[in-house]
Amino acid sequence: MDGPDIPTSVNEPLDLVKLSLSERVFVKLRGDRTLQGVLHAYDAHMNLVLSEVEETVSIIDVSEDGVAQGVRTAKRNMDMLFVRGDAVIMIAPPSS
Amino acid sequence: MLMFSVFKTLTEQVVTVELKNDLCVMGTLKSVDQFLNIRLDNIKMSVKNCFIRGSVVRYVQIPRTAVDTTLLEDATRREAQEGKK
Repeated sequence: MDGPDIPTSVNEPLDLVKLSLSERVFVKLRGDRTLQGVLHAYDAHMNLVLSEVEETVSIIDVSEDGVAQGVRTAKRNMDMLFVRGDAVIMIAPPSS
Repeated sequence: MLMFSVFKTLTEQVVTVELKNDLCVMGTLKSVDQFLNIRLDNIKMSVKNCFIRGSVVRYVQIPRTAVDTTLLEDATRREAQEGKK
């Protein structure tokens, strides 16, 4: 292959996710959902296993004529969670 | 294959499966296959057991004690490495 085989090097996008194993990550999902939790496992489909998860669901209130009235958020905590990869949009280290 | 193995170790555990239509089903995980289709037993609904197509799953809530996180992280690193070969 190209380049020396250094185990810690970042050669493909998912290597960046590997660096976040056992760290707190921010995950953006389809359907206006975000998660924050400690990453324990992922695979090529971006299926994830997270612990100490806080889920935030954004609910946009819309009046009858279709004008956005503002955003409400609902939060929920879960101990240990499997997330199916097809809903994942983005995985990031949390903004500290 | 990693997540398939994870779910295989979770059989006989009580899990809550949240579907993409917001429905939550709690029950005993009886079996899982390579598509992460899930068979649940002892569910609190009009039927006693059910089969859930993997693609309609959003989350599966797992009991914390059923997971060895260190083992999981090592297995993830190993699979990430194997994928490159």
